[in-house]
Amino acid sequence: MSNKKSIVLYLHVHQPYRIRHYTVFDAALKHDYFNSEYQSNASNERVLKKVAQKSYLPTNKTLLRLMNKHPEFKLSLSITGTVLEQLELWAPEALRSFQELCATGRVEIVAETYHHSLAFFYSLSEFETQVKMHETIIEKLFNQKPKVFRNTELAYNNELAKWAENNGYKGILAEGWDPILGWRNPNFVYRPAGTKDISLLMKNYQLSDDLAFRFSDKNWSEWPLTSEKYVNWINANQQAQNINLFMDYETFGEHQWEDSGIFDFLDHLPAEWLKHEGNDFKTVSEIINESEPVDEIDVPNTITWADTERDLSAWLGNPMQKNSIELLYDLRDNIHKTHDLELIEDWRRLQTSDHFYYMCTKYFNDGDIHAYFSPYDSPYEAHMNFMNAYRDIVYRINQKGIET
Amino acid sequence: MLGWELPPHNSGGLGVACYDLCKSLAANNAEIEFIVPYAAEHNIDFMTVTAAIPQNYSTIQRTGIAYDSHKYLDAEGAQVQLGINDQHQNYIRGVLELVDSRQFDVIHAHDWLTFKAALNVKRKTNKPLILHVHSVESDRSGNQYGNPLVRDIEATSLAMADQIIAVSNHTKNKIIEDYGIPASAIDVVHNSIEANVKITDEIANSYQYIESLKSQGYKVVVNIGRLTIQKGIPNLIKAAAKVLEIEPKVLFLIVGSGEQYHELVMLAAELGISDKVIFTEFQRSKKWRDAFIIGDLFVMPSVSEPFGLTPLEAISYGTPSLVSKQSGVSEVFKNCLKVDYWDIDEMANIITSAVSSPGLLDEITSKATDEYSIMSWDDSTNKLMSLYRHHRQLAEAAHFE
Repeated sequence: MSNKKSIVLYLHVHQPYRIRHYTVFDAALKHDYFNSEYQSNASNERVLKKVAQKSYLPTNKTLLRLMNKHPEFKLSLSITGTVLEQLELWAPEALRSFQELCATGRVEIVAETYHHSLAFFYSLSEFETQVKMHETIIEKLFNQKPKVFRNTELAYNNELAKWAENNGYKGILAEGWDPILGWRNPNFVYRPAGTKDISLLMKNYQLSDDLAFRFSDKNWSEWPLTSEKYVNWINANQQAQNINLFMDYETFGEHQWEDSGIFDFLDHLPAEWLKHEGNDFKTVSEIINESEPVDEIDVPNTITWADTERDLSAWLGNPMQKNSIELLYDLRDNIHKTHDLELIEDWRRLQTSDHFYYMCTKYFNDGDIHAYFSPYDSPYEAHMNFMNAYRDIVYRINQKGIET
Repeated sequence: MLGWELPPHNSGGLGVACYDLCKSLAANNAEIEFIVPYAAEHNIDFMTVTAAIPQNYSTIQRTGIAYDSHKYLDAEGAQVQLGINDQHQNYIRGVLELVDSRQFDVIHAHDWLTFKAALNVKRKTNKPLILHVHSVESDRSGNQYGNPLVRDIEATSLAMADQIIAVSNHTKNKIIEDYGIPASAIDVVHNSIEANVKITDEIANSYQYIESLKSQGYKVVVNIGRLTIQKGIPNLIKAAAKVLEIEPKVLFLIVGSGEQYHELVMLAAELGISDKVIFTEFQRSKKWRDAFIIGDLFVMPSVSEPFGLTPLEAISYGTPSLVSKQSGVSEVFKNCLKVDYWDIDEMANIITSAVSSPGLLDEITSKATDEYSIMSWDDSTNKLMSLYRHHRQLAEAAHFE
């Protein structure tokens, strides 16, 4: 095996439209579900501006500097439609910084649903519409046509891979989950079971989570993590061709705060990595185009990148979550009959997976990560707001003379 | 230990809290003599229960709830009914008469009716004085000033205590606000409950009329408790009217008696919802349990609730709760819905949203049951035992100086 190794860095940028404190008394009167007071935790404007300041602007600045300094440095990004709209509205300078980054020609954008939804599992036609919408906005803002697909929350199975192949994608992303990989490791290009023309890249969750989750954890035995130490770990691994570092973009500056040293780490990573002969960076398409799949990966049941279960239970695990998402998708035929684009868009914003994540009770008792990302006091409150917005959607459909 | 009541001769949560606390302390090898102001059989084997009966009486019978008169029999067998003030004085005398013949390390007293007696014991013996506050006067009077004489007792006793225990942060803050006691003098020891998931009675529920409406799709919102200003029921009735505008198939079952009873019945009538609000007055045993069981949602809208055990009792019968944020239980019970007692619109919003979402009711019931099933007094008892040790050591050190 050659000594050539590539880091495939892929960052995911997303913000949902959080639902404001929306009561039964608002339903049928007000339709501004996503319009919180600025001081509220659910204020989309406030969150967006905060994340732009803490993460998007400083990270893009660092990345652009690295691009200029190292012609070998490359990365891939996915950016949802819902965050792009909000950037345009409330942080246009941050949107421009993403555009500048892409203008270097060394940033590849990955396809996904516009609304960061789980539509694939509920309505194929709705899913395809949202993927198309995303493609359109990416072409408009970044002048790129994505060739590799990632589904919301890296939710993946064989069916999705076949769909992506049939729709012309060259690659697809998934979690490198051990029970799926078995004796194999995620550091090669694979082929999804039952496909011929599409490759599968699997996240190296160990190395990715070292940055995304553990970086600032002072109880972690490897704290503090330096780029030198990190690069040594990767280099020590002989069984590797491509190291797939997949994570939320907000790891930089938002999940890991600036004072944790995450920006310094990022700043030094390319130089440290490129010191070693044969090391380089590749975008997702590059590694796929240059490598033949080494083996086939069979994923009959859906996997995701979340929690220890790596399934959809963080979004669809309890009755509140299942009930609300099913009711929402049950509206799909009727909502299109309204031809009311604003109404259809509100319905789509409610599909964003974050709403169901806020209703997760799995770890509510421990006050963990699910609670950290939620603008609500409890998963129950999240559910009540959502259901009241749902009632209003139904009301608006009925107002058009359509029986639900 | 000085207390005013123990089950089954209790009129509310105070007796239950004292009973559970002592049981857990006894399991941690605390030797307790619990002194109550009446003579009765308690069937308690983990501590000694003693009646404080002053010399000139032969016995005292409890005849009503906490603040009602008790029947006193003098040495010749003559009966006299004494009100709360005389009982209070007699308790102090009775306790002081007992003290001489007793060996003990600390004095631990529960709520204002026993504080004066405890203070007298401290004066007489110079033992460490621990005052355990389950509620202060402004709680009991729904955030009003309350009875000035009671406030005076609380102010004096709390200022003299070696240690104050509050049953919640809510109560701790009240003690600081009402009596200017420094925060450092107060430790919070939350009440708890020993999990005991109840088996639903196999015989039919007592509320057959409500059962029949449930089978027609009605949801039932229950409140169980005293109908006093502290409990905030008028806001629940006002919220009920708003709920019913949107969800007509909801019943409100109000189980309890108290000074607001007639006012509440009138309020429901004024709001035109008398058919949907059912008052049953105070119930015991099966009818009391069945009220918890028949509810889809238990609501405790208290204006000021030092702790509030009923939401935990409700989940032990499989019924989830909406509790006011002005309650101690909301500090420790995560899987319940929470609302400010004054926010009637939000109370109505939550009740409507909750009863119309089977997914939410299922999930919150299941998660609250999990949470309830691991509750215990252990943490609270450990905290108290270490406070006992601390004060005993301080007292011993002072003795040798």
